[in-house]
Amino acid sequence: MAGPFVAVIDYGIGNLRSAEKALCRAGADARLVTRAADVAAAAGVVLPGVGHFGRCSEALLQSGLWGATVDAVSDERPFLGICVGLQLLYESSEEAPGARGLGVFPGQVALLPAGVRRPQMQWNLLAVRPGSRFLAGLEQGTWAYFVHSFAAPVGDETVATCDYGGPVAAAVEAGHVWGAQFHPEKSSTAGLAALANFVEACSCDSPGQAERPRPGEEPRVGARGGREA
Amino acid sequence: MRVVRVIPCLDVDAGRVVKGVRFAGLRDAGDPVELAARYDAEGADEIVFYDITASAEGRETMFEVVSRTAEEAFIPLTVGGGVRTLDDARRLLRLGADKVSVNSAAVARPELVTEISGTFGAQCTVVGMDVRRSGPGTWEVYTHGGRVATGIDALGWATRCEQLGAGELVLNSMDRDGTRLGYDLELCRRVVEATGIPVVASGGVGSVAHLVEGAVAGLADAVLAASIFHYGEVTIAEAKAALAAAGVAVRPSVTAAPAR
Repeated sequence: MAGPFVAVIDYGIGNLRSAEKALCRAGADARLVTRAADVAAAAGVVLPGVGHFGRCSEALLQSGLWGATVDAVSDERPFLGICVGLQLLYESSEEAPGARGLGVFPGQVALLPAGVRRPQMQWNLLAVRPGSRFLAGLEQGTWAYFVHSFAAPVGDETVATCDYGGPVAAAVEAGHVWGAQFHPEKSSTAGLAALANFVEACSCDSPGQAERPRPGEEPRVGARGGREA
Repeated sequence: MRVVRVIPCLDVDAGRVVKGVRFAGLRDAGDPVELAARYDAEGADEIVFYDITASAEGRETMFEVVSRTAEEAFIPLTVGGGVRTLDDARRLLRLGADKVSVNSAAVARPELVTEISGTFGAQCTVVGMDVRRSGPGTWEVYTHGGRVATGIDALGWATRCEQLGAGELVLNSMDRDGTRLGYDLELCRRVVEATGIPVVASGGVGSVAHLVEGAVAGLADAVLAASIFHYGEVTIAEAKAALAAAGVAVRPSVTAAPAR
């Protein structure tokens, strides 16, 4: 039986195939999508991202999928941002002053603390806040793979941190909007378990097609305005 | 917390692993995809495929191997050897590689490092350095698999690569490669101290103690080896256990080290 249709937003950056294949392994019918209609049709949406915040923001705008992404985070479907995809959930980043994020969460993504090698390119131990759905079953001694030089601020939405020159935001979760600074698609069995939690949410939580905004409808969340998390 | 990675490296020629790999229960010990999945299950932190294929037709096979690996192994994959252009890098990353490693092509045209880093990010831009000791405390960069001397100072090249946008250096000592005498620890330490990006030690590992030395005395952020893992002399679990026993933080292996 095919799992829920998970749209992996393909906006021309980096290694998206790994995310697609890992989601398939975790039980989803995951596909790379380049059309807004496909994003709208999915039970769940994944926004990957590697490299530079400004370039990713620009690429998402140029791909024509910014609006569909905003719709996806503003309706009740499960949404997962990975790496820079998580960072794009914030308002902005020190990495690219002037480039905008989706503004789902308040605050600015910032450079990792001084005194550590950058990028953090290693596995690190997650400190998971109990009650996370994304990281359910991974509360004890879970290692995940990180590759990044910038990180989101630690806030109410932070459900996991790792220690890299201080506590660094590793995962976020607010309702149906989840994010991983680490790469679940590259974190072996632990990462696949987290993705399976997402796929399960896509199976259970996604509202019916009728409840979703129709193509052309104004997005309910402004790209800059954002909801308070 | 600095957590040292343990990385098995597979030499691949026209889609087949070159050095025999001795794992029990493998359907095809020459298939890099099956080996990558096996190393993932054993707790390897990353995998490196190094393409030593000479022919253009053989090179095409590597793209297919990378594509299949993305379906079977869920740890980071670096592909090196024969990456000469931005398009080579783009194709490998699209198919499922997480990082591409450039070596001779970067020496010939350093802007290639900046192009890859600027397009896909420093996190996927690795520079592989083949170096030989040229005097007390000095090392020279070689290209073309160690056959061509460049006259370039290794420490200077390492810092230049960082400025060009590299996110990681794989530092291979040609003096030690294949000798099983251990890493060139002084070289490794000097490059680590000269740069702010992760450095992977490579070349010369003959025992688990050498991996520990690389992390402790060499200050390497990751330790890479080939034959000791492939020939089953040291398991990933044993390597992790030895590093941990020496006080080096590692991601514990999925399976515990077997009792002796």
